[in-house]
Amino acid sequence: MSLPAPRRVGLLARWETTPFHLICAGTVAAFLVAFLIVPVATVVFVAFWDGQSLTLVHFADFFRTSLMIEATWNSIYVALMAVVVATIIAVPLAYFTVRFRFKGAALIQTLGVIPLVMPPFVGAVAMQLVYGRNGSVNLLLMDWFGFRLPFMEGLNGVIFVQGLHYFPFILLNLSAALANIDSAMEESAQNLGASGWTLFSKIVFPLAMPGYIAGAALVFAKVFDDLATPLLLNVNNMLAPQAYLRITSVGLADPMGYVISTILVVLSVVAVWLSLLSLKNRDFATTQRGGGGLSKRELRLWEKIGAYAFIAVALILALSPHFGILMLSLATVWSFSVIPDAFTFAHYITVFRDAGGMMANTVLYCGIAALIDVVLGTMIAYLVLRTKLPFRQLIDQIAMAAVAVPGLVLGIGILRVYFDVKLPFSGESLATFWVMLAIAYAVRRLPYALRSCTAALQQLHRSLEEAAECLGGDKSVVMRKIVVPLMAGGILAGFVTSFATAAVELASTLLLVTRDASAPLSYGIYVYMQSAAGRGPGAALGVIAVVVVAIATWAAYRVAENDRARRAREGVAA
Amino acid sequence: MLKLASISLAALIAVTGMAAAQALEDRVTIVTSFSRDVTTPFVDAFQKKYPGTKVEIQNRSTTAGVAFIRETRSNPPDMMWASAPDAFEVLKKGNLLQKYEPKSEGIAPKVGSSPTHDPQGFYFGFAASGYGIMYNTRYLRANNLPAPKEWDDLKKPIYFGHVGISAPSRSGTTHLTVETILQGEGWDKGWASMLEIGGNFASVSDRSFGVPDAVNSGQYGIGIVIDFFGLSAKASGFPVEFVYPTVTTIVPANIGIVAGAKNQRAAQAFVDFLLSEDGQAILLDPKIQRLPVRPASYAKAPAGYPNPFTDPNLGRRVVFDGDLSEGRYELVNSLYDRLVTFRLKELTEAWKAIHAAEAAVARSNSAEGKRLIAEARKLATSVPITEKEASDPAIAGAFQEKRPDRPVAARQAEFEERWDAFARQNYAQAKTLADNAARAR
Repeated sequence: MSLPAPRRVGLLARWETTPFHLICAGTVAAFLVAFLIVPVATVVFVAFWDGQSLTLVHFADFFRTSLMIEATWNSIYVALMAVVVATIIAVPLAYFTVRFRFKGAALIQTLGVIPLVMPPFVGAVAMQLVYGRNGSVNLLLMDWFGFRLPFMEGLNGVIFVQGLHYFPFILLNLSAALANIDSAMEESAQNLGASGWTLFSKIVFPLAMPGYIAGAALVFAKVFDDLATPLLLNVNNMLAPQAYLRITSVGLADPMGYVISTILVVLSVVAVWLSLLSLKNRDFATTQRGGGGLSKRELRLWEKIGAYAFIAVALILALSPHFGILMLSLATVWSFSVIPDAFTFAHYITVFRDAGGMMANTVLYCGIAALIDVVLGTMIAYLVLRTKLPFRQLIDQIAMAAVAVPGLVLGIGILRVYFDVKLPFSGESLATFWVMLAIAYAVRRLPYALRSCTAALQQLHRSLEEAAECLGGDKSVVMRKIVVPLMAGGILAGFVTSFATAAVELASTLLLVTRDASAPLSYGIYVYMQSAAGRGPGAALGVIAVVVVAIATWAAYRVAENDRARRAREGVAA
Repeated sequence: MLKLASISLAALIAVTGMAAAQALEDRVTIVTSFSRDVTTPFVDAFQKKYPGTKVEIQNRSTTAGVAFIRETRSNPPDMMWASAPDAFEVLKKGNLLQKYEPKSEGIAPKVGSSPTHDPQGFYFGFAASGYGIMYNTRYLRANNLPAPKEWDDLKKPIYFGHVGISAPSRSGTTHLTVETILQGEGWDKGWASMLEIGGNFASVSDRSFGVPDAVNSGQYGIGIVIDFFGLSAKASGFPVEFVYPTVTTIVPANIGIVAGAKNQRAAQAFVDFLLSEDGQAILLDPKIQRLPVRPASYAKAPAGYPNPFTDPNLGRRVVFDGDLSEGRYELVNSLYDRLVTFRLKELTEAWKAIHAAEAAVARSNSAEGKRLIAEARKLATSVPITEKEASDPAIAGAFQEKRPDRPVAARQAEFEERWDAFARQNYAQAKTLADNAARAR
């Protein structure tokens, strides 16, 4: 005979929390403290230090410096406009592929992830060779029409490139959210007479809002904190490049760099918090989990032509840098011309010896990182949305703050804290052990998975879990059997974004890799791209990185599709 | 006690010296910012000479390399191998390097106007490099531009928007070029030159390699770069050329042994190898193309290979004052960023207007126009502080690390805000004056 379950009393009841939740919270908090808060704090405290005591004078300096004020506004403007550009590209792509019967939807979804994989340096060179002021496009325009388009000049250039680069955040999260909407909702609306634009704007899009907001918030935060693109375009008057330029000058102990980083963190967290606020007091959750998403409809011929044309234009725009990388990897010399002088496979032969190990390392590290991210992301989302645990919002915000922590700062912090911790048996330092690289990637990419998981859980009605609990499942069983499977789409989107972006992470890699044998692809690309002769081999490794991510993404979709089909069948059978 | 210590130290050196003659450790780890093209030939040759020792190369950017060595004091890599002299100064000041006296013969004591090795023996120059002008021949032909030869050529209006440089705060070698111009032409005139050249910049890159990258791709036509970027790009088949202007600076690229290195003997052997006849000969490899510091090694160099020991132009014209440079190092970088890097748009707009006004006044020959242009030029070429102020510890100290032995200076941010305002105001005013000059009759 089983004992009646002990009644939860006191604090746990007030927090709507069980011991299982406390274990989750403890795991998440331990990870964040150990690998984010402590390492970063050991580096960033300089911002609050004047040599003898704590001070806020450096922050006062920030607000007194007109260049910094200008940089702040520029960053906010660019981030907002990049969200607009990304929305224009991503919303139709997501809608077409999820809503209509469409040939090659999986291919389009996979290709839609590729823009996130912009290999360091190689991506920059290819981007310039395609869109730069003497890139292929402008050279052709000059020849044919006698003018140039400033794709890559100034703030508008940054907006253009960032929009192309980060629209997959919205595409992935919105697609996952759209796929989660139950067709019953749509059918009810149609029975009440809604169709076409009304159906989309009043029913479908609002129900997918958590996914869109998650993607848009990520685009904003990422663009706001991104330094690669502004540096590539030599735009200095934005916050992230200002912080970077000051932190990475050799031997400079300049507090302003850390002040800017701190302000970046605060503004990023505020932006995400505002985006969540816009969802507050509105319910997006639905309970029906029948046939697996919206019903797919055939497109009429002219609609089909329009949709394909839009998709073609969007993907050509977004993938042309990758086409540039491919050409670069096959080029002998490519200089001030529309296409390279001649083609060769020699660069692939050059990198052949190293590439296998680097590929395996990349898949291993990024796979572990993305796995850690979705596990932690699911836990955090659950704690924030389903319990009243104190400080649960703080955990979310700290995890989000990682989006604005420069990789170099995290790398230095990890070395500082863990270098003297030795592993048992081998005696190797924990900081330079390869697992640490995966952990560093996980910390840096956690915000992506977190937003995707949160969006997925927002769409899931609580009553499903309550029903499962009434049927006797305890919290951990309910989590495993009900919550996680129903969040699968969002978790997958989180996994893919974390994996894809970690595959090209450079800053922390450069600090933590100590041996060629444990180096990922991004390190190899860096090594080659430091010399003129290495441009081709570097690009070849870049192509390999893109292919690795594409295969991983496609495989993930296949798994998810099969899973959904299986569940749909079981649902029908039941 | 001290004597005893020094005796035992001498004994220790003798013992290690003897051991070195016998066998090296089985590995040596080197942190480097050089690409594989540069490191691999040296590593292969060294391993061939010492088959028992494996060289492990850790590629890191200079910043990451310095940070890595600083954070891993308890078990550091054995060596640091990089171009930027400032990185070695930072390591040396942080007590992160150890002394050694290379066993090498025939190395010139001076290259250009600076000593080849660190005078205190903490790091060693193994190759020399000079700054110059690299240009893309296709680009120049397409834009009908003549090839530039001297720094002053870069001031010409025809090169507007065609020139690139890396920021001195981001590249130790660009810093040396800036400092050389400041010392060669004098503070005020030097800044005036640099601001006028800056008026023609297409961009200021955040990393040294960004400049040859852009010239190689043809994004802009002309780059101010260190010689091996230009020479090795040409050797790799890119349509580029490189020239040394008359006033150039020759700087050594360095290697140093990290304090507390575990593989002492192998590290020392590697230094000796770099400076040996065999090691120096590798520098002539077309993919490396750096200048040996061993004058005899030039005998094997192909015709036309630059030789700083026989060519009087290479780096001998300017007598470089190292103390002067060091005292204002951070300040000069920050000042350059305020006046050029961060206000490039304003600076180039001002110079575009001045160039246009000069062309207009050349036709109209207006006296008022000439007066206005002179005023505009004065504004667009002035600096906010004097040479004396730049070396004043009360000002320069604001840009350096806070240390108890240094006087408390005002805060960096305050100066930077003032200079930024100065630059914006001057450039805007210069543009207005030039616009008026163009209309003057």
